[in-house]
Amino acid sequence: MNHLKSINRKAARIEEVTAPAEDVVALQRTPLPAGGHIPVGCSLVFSPGWEADRLGGTAGLCQPVERDLFDCHVGCYWPAQVPDQLNHAPDWTSKCAAAQKDWRKIDLIFP
Amino acid sequence: MSVLAVREHHRFEAAGRPFVYLVPSAAIFALDETADDIMRTLGNGARSLAELVAELSARHDAGQLGETVSELARVQAIGELAARPASPKVLPLTPFPLTTMVLNVTNQCNLSCTYCYEYGEDKIVDTENGRKPKFMSEETARESVDFMLKESGTNQVAHLTFFGGETLLNFPVLKKTIAYAKERAAALGKDVDFSLTTNATLLKPDVIEFLVEHQVGVTISIDGPKEMQDKFRVFQNGTGSYDIVAPRIKQLLKQHRRRPVGARVTLTSDTLDITRIFRHLTDEIGFWEVGFAPVTTSPGRAHAISEQGYDRMLDGFRALSYEFLEAAVAGRHHGFSNVKETLQEIHKGMSKAFPCGAGLGLMGVATDGDVALCHRFAGSDAHKLGTVRDGIDRVAQQAFLEKHHLDNKTDCSTCWARPVCSGGCYHEAHTRYGDTAQANLHYCEWIRAWTHLCLEIYGELAERNPAFLAAFDSEPAEPVN
Repeated sequence: MNHLKSINRKAARIEEVTAPAEDVVALQRTPLPAGGHIPVGCSLVFSPGWEADRLGGTAGLCQPVERDLFDCHVGCYWPAQVPDQLNHAPDWTSKCAAAQKDWRKIDLIFP
Repeated sequence: MSVLAVREHHRFEAAGRPFVYLVPSAAIFALDETADDIMRTLGNGARSLAELVAELSARHDAGQLGETVSELARVQAIGELAARPASPKVLPLTPFPLTTMVLNVTNQCNLSCTYCYEYGEDKIVDTENGRKPKFMSEETARESVDFMLKESGTNQVAHLTFFGGETLLNFPVLKKTIAYAKERAAALGKDVDFSLTTNATLLKPDVIEFLVEHQVGVTISIDGPKEMQDKFRVFQNGTGSYDIVAPRIKQLLKQHRRRPVGARVTLTSDTLDITRIFRHLTDEIGFWEVGFAPVTTSPGRAHAISEQGYDRMLDGFRALSYEFLEAAVAGRHHGFSNVKETLQEIHKGMSKAFPCGAGLGLMGVATDGDVALCHRFAGSDAHKLGTVRDGIDRVAQQAFLEKHHLDNKTDCSTCWARPVCSGGCYHEAHTRYGDTAQANLHYCEWIRAWTHLCLEIYGELAERNPAFLAAFDSEPAEPVN
C-alpha cells in the first residue's frame, strides 16, 4: 500500500490477508511466483517453434493472455479468435491504449 | 448510487503524523496526507466517489485519490454507506484451555485494609462466618493442580498463582503444592509457572529463600510511602503496616534477582499522588515494576475516587507515560506497568469480546475447591463454574460467556475504545451495579482518555523506536490483581 502504513500486528495481518492475488503472470518469469499462478499463455500449447521466441531466445516467449491476444492476432501466424474489426466491432480495443496495463478494459463483443 | 462513508475509527496524532485506530479490528495505520484528507472529508458526511474527488482534486491528484480510496476500503477504514459490515457474535470454542489458575489458599488475612474487596463493606462472600474453610487443605490443593493440568489442554505451560486472603498464611500448603505440581507436570511433560501475591508482612528469611529457589514470581500489594500505606493497609488494631513490610520487601528484592518483583498499588480518593508513589516504590524501595488500580468500591464510600479524582489519576498516569516513552526511545527500562500492558494489547491489536480472561483462560479456586470466574469471586455460589473435583461446569460457562459477550453491552456498541475495554472488570461492575454483565459506565471517559494517550505513545514509539515494540512479540503475561 502506498498511502497507508501498517503499524501494529493486526494491521500487518489485515494487509497480508487482503493483498490482491497475483492474477496474470508472464510465463518466462523465473522463479514463478508462489501462490495463484494461472498458466494462461499459449506456450502451454505444444506447437513447433514455440519453445523459442522469434529471435531464437526465451525472453520473449508468450506473455499472458493480454499479450497473446494481440501478438497472436497481429504478429503471429496463430489465428487468435478476435472480433471482426473490419465490419462488426471496429472500436473493440479503443479503451485499451496499452495492452499490458489496460487489457481489462477490452470490451466483450456480443454478436 | 455508490456512496462512501467512514467506518468506526479513532484518529490520533503522534510524532507529527496522523494515524487511525480502526474499530472493531483494532488495527492501526499511519496515513499520508491524501488518506488523512479523505478520512476527514468522509468523516464530515458520506459522499459519492465523484463528489469526493471533485472536492479534493484541488489538493490531490485524481489518480492518487482513487488509489487511496481503494486502499482505505481494502482495510475497511471506509466502505459503502449502505453496506454496514455485520459483526457476528462469536463465542470462543470450548473447551477453552485454562492458562492461569488462581488458587485462594486461604481467605484469612492478617491485615484489615479498610477498602478490601474480600473483607470490606462491599464483600461478596461472608468470609468470616461463611461455610468455606479458612485454609485450603493439602488435598484440595492437589486436586486443584490435577484440575489445572487437565484443563490446560494442549498448552505446554500452565500458570499457577497463589492468592488469598494473605497467601503466606498458608505457606505450608503452598510449599507442598509447588512440589506436587512440579512432579505431576514433569510426568505429563508440561511446565508450571508459579507466582503469588502477598502483602509482604510474612516475608521471613525462610520464605524468601523458598521463593528464590523455586523461582516463584512475586507481586506485592503496597500503596506507597508510609503515610499512604498506613492510611488503609493496617493491622486489626489499626497500626500501619509500612514499618513491618518495607524492610522485608527490601530483603526480598535483594535476594530475588531472577524474576522481576512488581508492586501493585490500590489508588483511593486519599492516595492519588501517583508520581510520588511511583518514585518511592521504584527509586527508594527498588521495585522493577509498579502497577496502579483504582479501588473497587461502591460509589458512596469515603475512599471511592470521585470524578475529579479520576482526572487527577489520569494526569498522574500521563506524566509517567511520557517518562516511559522517553525511556523506551532511549532503550532504558521504566517500571510503569499500566502503560506497558496497554501498549502490549495495542501492539497485538487485541479486540476483546470479553474484558479479561475470567471464566475462560483464567479461573479462581476457593479454599474448598469450588471454581469461580476469578479469584475475586472465589467462594461465591452465584459465580461458580464447577469444582476442581468435577471439572468445569460447561453449561454454566457457556451461559456466562453468552451473557457477558460485548455484543450484549449496548452501552458499548458505539464506543471506539471497546476493543481494549470491552465493558471493564466484572467485579467492578458487580460492586457498582450489582451485575457482572453491566458495562462500567462510571469510568468510560477515563478509559477513552487513557486509551487515546496510550495510542499516542504507541504511535510515537512506532516512529521513534519500533524495535521496542517488536520486543513485545516475545513477551507473555496477564497479571493477576
